[in-house]
Amino acid sequence: MSLAFDALLCLLALLAALRAVAAGEGFSRVAAFMAYGLILGLVWVRLAAVDVALTEVAVGSGVTGLVLLRAVARDDAPAPLAAGLAYRLLAGVVALLVFAGLAAVVLLLPEPAPSLAPEVARHLPATDLGNPITAVLIVFRALDTLLETVVLLLALIGVWALSPDRTWAGRPAVLLPAPWSGALEFLARLVVPVGVLVGLYMFWAGADVPGGAFQGGAVLAAMALMAIAAGLLPRPVLARRRLRALLLAGPFGFLLVGVLGWVFADAFLAYPPGVEKAVIILVEAAITLSIAVTLALLVLGPPVAEETE
Amino acid sequence: MSAETLFGLAAAALCAIGIYGLMVGRGALARLIAFNLLGGGVFVLFGVVARRGAGAGFGGDPVPQALVITGIVVAFSATALGAALVERLAQLRAKGGAPSEEPEADT
Amino acid sequence: MIALHLLTGLCVLAGLVFFAAGTLGLLRLPDPLTRLHALAKADNIGLGLIALGVLPQLVASGAVLAAAKVVAIWLLLQLSSGAVAQLLAEVAFRDSETGADDPDGAAAEAGEP
Repeated sequence: MSLAFDALLCLLALLAALRAVAAGEGFSRVAAFMAYGLILGLVWVRLAAVDVALTEVAVGSGVTGLVLLRAVARDDAPAPLAAGLAYRLLAGVVALLVFAGLAAVVLLLPEPAPSLAPEVARHLPATDLGNPITAVLIVFRALDTLLETVVLLLALIGVWALSPDRTWAGRPAVLLPAPWSGALEFLARLVVPVGVLVGLYMFWAGADVPGGAFQGGAVLAAMALMAIAAGLLPRPVLARRRLRALLLAGPFGFLLVGVLGWVFADAFLAYPPGVEKAVIILVEAAITLSIAVTLALLVLGPPVAEETE
Repeated sequence: MSAETLFGLAAAALCAIGIYGLMVGRGALARLIAFNLLGGGVFVLFGVVARRGAGAGFGGDPVPQALVITGIVVAFSATALGAALVERLAQLRAKGGAPSEEPEADT
Repeated sequence: MIALHLLTGLCVLAGLVFFAAGTLGLLRLPDPLTRLHALAKADNIGLGLIALGVLPQLVASGAVLAAAKVVAIWLLLQLSSGAVAQLLAEVAFRDSETGADDPDGAAAEAGEP
């Protein structure tokens, strides 16, 4: 019975993926892609990875979909001619080979599956955390997470760098045209306070149950975007010092804690014994804030000249 | 067939669809979407490996699961940069400063 | 206990019927406004019925906090689906206005798959 449900999920994911690569308007392809992300979220729940499901739905489908929608709305490039039949056949053969190779890998996975779960379980008590994934992200593989926050920051710098010099200190362009009625403002006034609470809860609860900095940060970013789209908040001036301090708080706070690890513990990114939990929460709070601001600014896009609005 | 094998095969098919879309996609945005489809497939493969490693009271091996969370965020970063590049190209085209064809050679 | 399971089963089934009807409407109805109408109904009543079906199970097993979360989810979805339907309807209406030289106003949506 549950296998039938899983098969249905797989079928839906494949159909959505096919729809997203099929010919058609950019908008409908992005819509199919967002549906694909939501279905993958259910797949992740079925794979007992609720943390990943939350991330996939919030970042993989939601925020990524927003960025793609913005690009579709602003990209006026005429679609290039479709590739020739021979080339498409070649692509089909390559895709089939990729499928065959990966399918073989899946079918031939080693039987006592290798796992680091016992290792994580053994060291989990030392972190004072209940959620093993948060422990991996913030403690065991802290270097990965540190570099990941830097990657996000670099992407934002790259996006900003695409604007001409004279607009560098400006605001991003308007995302949505102002709606007629006050429906969006009404929704934002009611949902944003609740959403901020949910985002903070996801960050806080992430220590022990599914959730964490990335999921909570994405929800906070969505609330900021909704408030901006509804006109409750002005579009941010990107040159503001305070905004940039928020962007840097996560990566540099994390880095600082990492360097202090040499002083108070025995290694880079080692947490001082006794106060691990407090330091972990501080680091998580800083990166949650930075992730929220960075995600929102990545969705808003590069600054534009005021007169072109 | 176990659920893990089923999801693994579906993930392989998703990767194949992503590769096909990357190769024949018409326009940079189509390829950006295909790149994300491919990423989703690869992540689910990780999820299958993680699920098979369930043990010690966890529903799955937390290490690959955490790596996937990192991966999703990094894939988003790349997508955001790609989308901004596409928009910049459109701006330059509007000013007549860029060739009307996409700069990446159509293979 | 049997009565509880029966209630859950009935409510969830009825909710699924609403979702199925809403999806059918989304696929089959002719223009954006009617499609939105079908969808909003499915969201509100379908999810409401499913939440109603799940609630007694959660309360009976002592997960009162989880039950409160289910109610919160339902309320938030009510709010957002209503407001989003309104926003989409505005855009659809504006599109049909700009395509007003077309006699039945349907050409504005013709480009939409």
